[in-house]
Amino acid sequence: MNNEQLIVTPNPHIKDSTSVEEIMWTVVYALIPAVIAATYFFGFRVLLIVAVSIIGAIVTEYSFLKIRNKDLVINDGSAVLTGLLLALTLPPSIPLWTAFLGSVVAIGLGKQVFGGLGHNPFNPALIGRAFLTASYPVLMTTWVIDGTSTATPLSRISNGEALRIWNLFIGNTGGSLGETSALALLLGAAYLIYKGYINWRIPTSMISTVIVVTFLSGANPIAHVFAGSLILGAFFMATDMVTSPVTKKARWVFGIGAGLLVALIRLWGGYPEGVMYSILLMNTTVPLLDRYLKPRTLGVVK
Amino acid sequence: MSVLTFKQGIHPEYHKELTKNKPLKKASRPEEVVIPLQQHIGAPLEPLVKKGDHVKMGQKIADTDSFVAAPIHASVSGTVKGIQKVLIPSGQKTESIIIESDDEDVIDDTLKSDKNIDELTSKEIIDTVREAGIVGLGGAMFPTHVKLSVPEDKDVEYFVLNGIECEPFLNVDNRMMIERSSDVISGMKLMMKAADVEKGVIGIEDNKPKAISNMRIAVEQEDNIEVEVFETKYPQGGEKMLIKALLDREVPEGGLPLDVGVIVNNITTAVAVFEAITEGKPLIERTITITGEGITEPTNLYYRIGTKVSDLINEAGGFEGDPGKIVLGGPMTGAAQHSTNVPTVKGTSGIIVLHKDSVKKFDPQPCIRCARCVDSCPMYLLPLKLSDLSQYERYDELDKYNVQSCIECGSCSYICPADRPLLDYIRIGKMEDMKLKKSSQ
Repeated sequence: MNNEQLIVTPNPHIKDSTSVEEIMWTVVYALIPAVIAATYFFGFRVLLIVAVSIIGAIVTEYSFLKIRNKDLVINDGSAVLTGLLLALTLPPSIPLWTAFLGSVVAIGLGKQVFGGLGHNPFNPALIGRAFLTASYPVLMTTWVIDGTSTATPLSRISNGEALRIWNLFIGNTGGSLGETSALALLLGAAYLIYKGYINWRIPTSMISTVIVVTFLSGANPIAHVFAGSLILGAFFMATDMVTSPVTKKARWVFGIGAGLLVALIRLWGGYPEGVMYSILLMNTTVPLLDRYLKPRTLGVVK
Repeated sequence: MSVLTFKQGIHPEYHKELTKNKPLKKASRPEEVVIPLQQHIGAPLEPLVKKGDHVKMGQKIADTDSFVAAPIHASVSGTVKGIQKVLIPSGQKTESIIIESDDEDVIDDTLKSDKNIDELTSKEIIDTVREAGIVGLGGAMFPTHVKLSVPEDKDVEYFVLNGIECEPFLNVDNRMMIERSSDVISGMKLMMKAADVEKGVIGIEDNKPKAISNMRIAVEQEDNIEVEVFETKYPQGGEKMLIKALLDREVPEGGLPLDVGVIVNNITTAVAVFEAITEGKPLIERTITITGEGITEPTNLYYRIGTKVSDLINEAGGFEGDPGKIVLGGPMTGAAQHSTNVPTVKGTSGIIVLHKDSVKKFDPQPCIRCARCVDSCPMYLLPLKLSDLSQYERYDELDKYNVQSCIECGSCSYICPADRPLLDYIRIGKMEDMKLKKSSQ
């Protein structure tokens, strides 16, 4: 047989079935418990914010791809994920136009200007949030629960208030949509770690570092873990594949660095919350970490 | 009992069940065999016959004076129809001797010795192995007599017989261990004597329980040979992974197993040595698994080297449905073929036929730095980085990332969710890196 139809490609001839699309969508699904918890505690407005944020991300992604003459790959889930993650960092009272603007910036300035999927140095959702925090500080720090304005648990810790840890854990507390229910976030994160879609080293080292530093400085480490956006940041943002290191050693260092920065900003900095900036700052170190913390090649003596 | 393994690697679908219970059968005699002159790593051979000559089965038909080379033999008796360039499985065109069978199988017994096996010296064994044209039958086709000729300054502690067979689909070593365990041991002992090694280990993956139990029975009387069980994981059968898992020794960069006191040989090679020494039979026949969804009756066969792939596919009942891809060897490291009109060579251990509708052409997407390639590379390289450096022609940086340590197992390309051809780029990088090193010398 001399068959024109035979496909001839280099080896290997079999492939694992996991796709980028599958990874992205699975992370999106893993965040659904957090969205449900936020809706339960803050009301149906949460769903509107999430929807607007995701739509903003998709519209921006589509427009950029169109302008750049690229394949219109919207269904890979990456833009949806960025929109959803951004929404989870926003306070429930945020005006919808602000959420939309945030996701436009997240995708536009955070991702597409660098060349799109896989090329951005910073976590796009956090770029969106950083933009909003800098531009609309009042809107970004107004927290409402059960119809009354409150300070976030972290500002209350800063003010020396005692908190009920259980409320923090299940999420019945003021804060951004996704930073409230640790339980819902951990459910999703556990599934992703089981699937191998997020790396456990980064959240482990980041959270442990926060615990150690807050404990040594006399603060309540448990409150620091469950209040604020540490769980969301450590499991879902610091682990963003594109913007985190690829080697195991670099992941440890990345997590420890992010944890240190969180503790420094929270304990001694001007902001009550430091997760966003700590991750963005550590994003800048990724190329360097990957370069100098390579694994030792088998058989190569240093 | 705990199983041994190396770190990282992948777990592909194995599809071994298609042929694992199929006993080895003899393929029928082909009407014509095509025997390439280059079927080994090393120097090319010179033909010893010419067009029109009559040859016997087992007669040496090409050889060379070079040490690193293995002669070839006629696998049928008959008439030499010609010596010409033919497309071989690796994709190259190579001078090959074409023999038309006379259907007689008249045997040439020059290799046969009257000596008692126990009286053979190391040199006599090595000489016979060379004359029999034996090469590594796992696929590498490195001349076995070279491997057994241990340099004076090297001390070999372990002789490892590799029965891992970590490539999906293949069952030739598995069947050999199940059906001919005592021949495997006899061949192994001959090789150990040739290389003057005391301790022997047979490594088998834990997905071959029958082979493990049969080999355990076969070594019961042997004080110095043991069977060790390894986790089923790809590429567990790679020499470097095998040695790391078994002895926690690392073959140095650019070095050989000999450098850490180990010689590794394949199961099927041991049987070939056994047959050469005891029966005077040169390497004219070996085993193959013919399988895949595109094959009507997946089968394990003894076939004559030089049989055309099309003949062997017919032996397995022909194609089932439309073939989309035909791979010689295993699916991870084998070579896809343009045609079935290619001869088999000494290293051909499998024919895998995949259906047209299950063979995709991949459309690479951007790397999302998921690090699945990093986490599966058995050599602890950074495949994404190597591939990038090669793709963007930054060849001078490849050496810093130890590009030459890549064993080309394909785990990175297999696992990549963005379908990036990582190994293809790394191969190009290895060649370019070699060029740079040569030009700077």
